[in-house]
Amino acid sequence: MDDVTLTHSSSTAVADSAASEVFVVELAEYSGPLDLLLTLIRDEQIDIYDIPIARIAEQFLSRISSLKLDEAADYLEMAARLVRIKAQMLLPRREGEDVWEDPRAELVRRLLEYQQVREVVDVLERRAEDRRSRFARAYTQAAVQMPVSGPLTISLPELLSAVDRVLRLARKPQVHDVVPRALDVDGAIGIVRALLAIRARAQWKDILPRKAEPWEVLSLLLALLELAKQGELRLAQPRAFAAFEITRDSSSEAA
Amino acid sequence: MMAAHAEDGENTLESALEELRDHYENDGHGVELVEVAGGWQILTRPEYTEAIERAQLAARPQRLSAAALETLAIIAYRQPIGRAEIEEIRGVGAGAILKSLLERGLIDVTGRGEGLGRPLLYGTTPSFLEQFALRHLEELPRSDELAIALRAPRQAMPAVAAAPTRGNGEAPPRAD
Repeated sequence: MDDVTLTHSSSTAVADSAASEVFVVELAEYSGPLDLLLTLIRDEQIDIYDIPIARIAEQFLSRISSLKLDEAADYLEMAARLVRIKAQMLLPRREGEDVWEDPRAELVRRLLEYQQVREVVDVLERRAEDRRSRFARAYTQAAVQMPVSGPLTISLPELLSAVDRVLRLARKPQVHDVVPRALDVDGAIGIVRALLAIRARAQWKDILPRKAEPWEVLSLLLALLELAKQGELRLAQPRAFAAFEITRDSSSEAA
Repeated sequence: MMAAHAEDGENTLESALEELRDHYENDGHGVELVEVAGGWQILTRPEYTEAIERAQLAARPQRLSAAALETLAIIAYRQPIGRAEIEEIRGVGAGAILKSLLERGLIDVTGRGEGLGRPLLYGTTPSFLEQFALRHLEELPRSDELAIALRAPRQAMPAVAAAPTRGNGEAPPRAD
């Protein structure tokens, strides 16, 4: 998805690049379109107050003709601005018209402003560099020192007693017997059906055997749910946490 | 009475600091007393940086990128300032950089602007002063001290350096 092909319509401005370009190369050395512009102006030794817009626009476009897409937007905006200024410069000026707004004025203002920023950056950089080389009292994480591993010094009795300790620890492994105990849902269904054949309604504690094993409880629960699903009985709980009532579903019986 | 007391205390403190500084200076210590961010800090001398790093007692913090420094410079001069204004000056989106500057504790949200959506406004922190070895913001060069000072504008050109409180409203001199 990164390789999106953009076609420039202004192929005249980009004389030396193909009409369609893939934006791939990044301009990491510039911190933005204004930085790139300033660099061009400095390289070409151009008076910032009298920028030959056509030439600069052309160079700007050829420099950004290969760009990573996420950075491209800011540069493309500037490119569009340059082309627009270039067009405005070409408009005929009426003779004697005293108020002529130089279309480059806004750009010059921004460039100068940006240049000031760059100059402050130089100041900040120098100061930061100075400060970086001094350390204040602060918490510094102690470097993790791996112990220097030299030759082992151990006697045979020591080694044997170590082996003994390990063996004693390993002698009695705790083994759990895991016995598969399948749930008996069918059996539980039989129990519930038998009970409901005698009584129209019952409670959970009526069908649960005394001292029921977990598997019996689960089997009965699943049996109840299964029968409720099949419509043989109804489960009702009058309020939260109350014991639920099991009733024979008479409607399904009729059917 | 109170004021006199406070002044006394301040004088005592000043002379004590002086004494401490001389002590570090004259007795060949590896540290020195430096005034920074409205306070004082005992810092190791630059000539020992390499030795300290070689001994792995401390490591130099990472440098900031050019983009981050530019953003920081704009905030330092124009604070409180919103993101849109920063982006306009730099001509580049500033979201990610602002986030990392916030994380590094160099800037902080200082309020909300009046404009649409009441944008967050950013300003520098005391930690910024400390990390750039500044006693206070006024130590940054004024806009008319910069080599490329703005020319007297035809329409009002806001100078970058508006914030430091020197309060001279006159137009900066021409660069040439």
